[in-house]
Amino acid sequence: MMDSHASMTNLPDSAEALAHAPRREEEHAHPTWSTYWKVALILSLITVGEVWAYYLPSFVGSRGFVPTLLFLSGLKFAIVVMFYMHLKYDHRIFRVLFTGPLLVAAITLIGLMFLFGHLFIKIM
Amino acid sequence: MATTARPAPKHSPDAYGEHSGLWSWLSTVDHKRIGVLYLYTALFFFMFGGVEAIIIRAQLGAPNQHLVSAEFYNQLFTMHGTTMIFLAIMPLSAAFFNFLIPLQIGARDVAFPRLNAFSYWVYLFGGIFITIPILFAVAPNDGWFGYAPLTTRAYSPGINIDFWVIGLLILGVSSLAAAFNFLTTIINLRAPGMTLMRMPMFTWMAFIVQVLLVLAFPVVTIALVFLLFDRFFGTNFYNTVSAGADPLLWQHLFWIFGHPEVYILVLPAFGLVSEVLPTYSKKPLFGYPVMVYSGILIAVLGFGVWAHHMFAVGLGPIADTFFGLTTMLIAIPTGVKIFNWIATMAQGSIRYTTAMLFGIGLVALFTIGGISGIMHASPPADLQQTDTYFIVAHFHYVLFGGSIMGIFGGIYHYFPKITGRLMDEKLGKIHFWLTVVAMNLTFFPMHFSGMLGMPRRIYTYDAGQGWDLFNAMSTAGAMIFPIAMLVFIYNFFVSRKRGEIAGSNPWGAGTLEWTIPSPPPEYNFAKIPTVTSRYPLWEGKEVDYECARINSQEGKTSADLGIVMPYSTIKPLLVALGLVTMFCGLIFARALIGVGAALMIFSLYSWLLSPLEPEHD
Amino acid sequence: MTAPATHVSAPAPHHYTTLGLDSRKVAIWAFIGSECMLFVSLISTYLIYKGRSIVGPFPHETWTDPATGHVFKPILNIPVTSASTFVLLMSSLFMVLALAAVQNKEKPKHTRGERILGSSRLWLWMTAIAGATFLGFQAFEFTSFVHEGLSIRTNLFGSSFFTLTGFHGAHVTAGVIWLVTLLAIDYRRGLGPRDSLLVDIAALYWHFVDVIWIVIFTLVYLIR
Repeated sequence: MMDSHASMTNLPDSAEALAHAPRREEEHAHPTWSTYWKVALILSLITVGEVWAYYLPSFVGSRGFVPTLLFLSGLKFAIVVMFYMHLKYDHRIFRVLFTGPLLVAAITLIGLMFLFGHLFIKIM
Repeated sequence: MATTARPAPKHSPDAYGEHSGLWSWLSTVDHKRIGVLYLYTALFFFMFGGVEAIIIRAQLGAPNQHLVSAEFYNQLFTMHGTTMIFLAIMPLSAAFFNFLIPLQIGARDVAFPRLNAFSYWVYLFGGIFITIPILFAVAPNDGWFGYAPLTTRAYSPGINIDFWVIGLLILGVSSLAAAFNFLTTIINLRAPGMTLMRMPMFTWMAFIVQVLLVLAFPVVTIALVFLLFDRFFGTNFYNTVSAGADPLLWQHLFWIFGHPEVYILVLPAFGLVSEVLPTYSKKPLFGYPVMVYSGILIAVLGFGVWAHHMFAVGLGPIADTFFGLTTMLIAIPTGVKIFNWIATMAQGSIRYTTAMLFGIGLVALFTIGGISGIMHASPPADLQQTDTYFIVAHFHYVLFGGSIMGIFGGIYHYFPKITGRLMDEKLGKIHFWLTVVAMNLTFFPMHFSGMLGMPRRIYTYDAGQGWDLFNAMSTAGAMIFPIAMLVFIYNFFVSRKRGEIAGSNPWGAGTLEWTIPSPPPEYNFAKIPTVTSRYPLWEGKEVDYECARINSQEGKTSADLGIVMPYSTIKPLLVALGLVTMFCGLIFARALIGVGAALMIFSLYSWLLSPLEPEHD
Repeated sequence: MTAPATHVSAPAPHHYTTLGLDSRKVAIWAFIGSECMLFVSLISTYLIYKGRSIVGPFPHETWTDPATGHVFKPILNIPVTSASTFVLLMSSLFMVLALAAVQNKEKPKHTRGERILGSSRLWLWMTAIAGATFLGFQAFEFTSFVHEGLSIRTNLFGSSFFTLTGFHGAHVTAGVIWLVTLLAIDYRRGLGPRDSLLVDIAALYWHFVDVIWIVIFTLVYLIR
């Protein structure tokens, strides 16, 4: 609230600042209790599935095991970030600040895996 | 245009007259004063690192000299690199980040003024921590990139490397804290109308550098933590002998940080030059958007080239090809910048001020370093050049010819804004020409001694290998640097007291920081301007006259204007002191860890729970 | 011109921000981005050294010490860690409820359910306790590993495992301290909608630590 001691110089200042200020984050349709528990349920179910998979020797030995677990883990990751960290509903800049570094991090990880011979490119 | 008339300032330009005394500096949270602290401290370390370099050159001036011992020589070159990178160039850039970013984007301070003070104090204490040992000949001695396993306890049993590991961890905290602060400031405190594509180029480059810092420093932090654990707690990260650790782990982690670090060192100078060249050519920067995109491209590619520092280890044809190609690709955006600077000057009405000379110097000398860089982007060529003086020549052309020339240009350009007085141009030009001669005489012959096979980091050499002449030349050149620096220091301090009064815009520059008095009042802008173009002062019809009039008023305090400024506080200093004490405890006495942690946590809570500024509503 | 800005959501003039966002939230996201690189460095090292230890114990394989003939079973305890993973996941649920409770502090609550959901202290406590429980599980895991013969010095696996999970544990510890601090503020003067940013940034940090565990759990514990 503007006080009475506000001087001449910053009165127009504030008016102008407000005129140019983009609206504060609007009160988004924030996810509510029902979204939250459903998300928690989905996360728990995926985790149960992951641990279950760990105890299936035939599946663990198969080619699909690692990609499946990586996918499930990535899915949980995305769900938490989108709903609990409300990136889905939030300002674009936060998405940039998070996904940019995440991308660099992921590519660095993959690069290192290649360099240390944990991943291969088959030539011919 | 309100400022071309250069009205004589009404108040004394003695910087920050009303707040003086030691306490005011210890407790300041004003970004301008913190910038000045960074500037002085970094110039001190720059000279300290310079003295180390001169001893190195003296030792190498002629064959078979024994001016210093081999062991001390190792400490000298390690600390020369470490000092220049972490204690001189990065903080000199930080001085400009601090001073300029808020002024260029039309803000009253950075986003987190107290965090900003914290960054500086951590830097100061960390710098002292890592510098003191060389006075007792126990300084780090394994090279600035501290290759493990050489740096593990098995091969470096002394406390030398302990200082290095811990010192760099401390300095990393400072850099990261500052990076989050500036990143937030640039994202969130731009004045109305200051869109991203209207930001001054220095702020743009600073923005990119903060992103690089935020992404690169965690990696080296982890690499250092591994080394710390190996040395203190007996882990096996770099234990290649009995645990089967991979000798390349450190190299990869270090260079994932190390290559972006190169751009962290040079992009701020690019930014400064992009302010200097347009001002003294009286032309807007040529190809502004391309300059922005090329900066971004350099940063992105900078994360995909790290293994070019490691071609000699034999990574295999695929990795060599990939990293060779990406390295060559970086030449494109860098070349674009060079051409844009040249095009900025083309057909401009150029004034050869000292700042302009340093700017042109950067364009010329950095290009030499860039071209030799492309030479060893090719793995087969690199195998010949790696670990020779050719590499030393290359990165000194990039870091001295690039970063330092740009920073000196920036100092001459912004000295009037910082102090309110002009630096002496005649002395400045003497400084410039001495520097150019010294720089080329020192580093150009290194291309030849390197091509003739002289390895880096040897403390002496036999005569008759064709290196004698080139080394004598390099040493002669190195001896000119102190003269140049003395001229600079004399000029700096005399001008600060007795230089010509500058006025708000002595150079007729176009960006926002020149609309306010020199030195700027604590609140920077009496009225936050609305920005409508990249060079508000050059596009007269778009200047907000009322705003310019208010902002050129001098001698008013924030209280007069009813502007709320943050309280000054000692707490950031105490937190920094606690942090550094804690780290000292690892080396000296374990009890210090508890003392430091207690001081840090107590001061941190006290800081976080006290308000930043007076209540205002 | 009249003096505007009499309602709470408009930024005060000296708090004008370009995006209309609070700087602290911008900074915490930048920090989280940076933490991605920190943890990727740790995870990469773990993966690089996976399967390269010369001596056991190993995470997923049995190992017989050639010198003593002692047989070491696979050391990772999946059931226990699954439980701690579940606890940490639930803590994220509690955290979003705490944030929602703070944001809706001033809304009238009619039913018992609304009052429970609206209790910021309850959910902050639950989150902190869940975090502390996770740390308890980790302490149990670490001590039992040491008993079974795996310390941070034993082999490459030990070094990289303890450092990676230890770093995560340190982050959880910092988070618990942060939550307890928020609780102290809540007891002292009550957290309301005006403080929702304070809780929001703590929550972002907390969820991020959870997300990192999701990755660690899969890469370290489940994938052999």
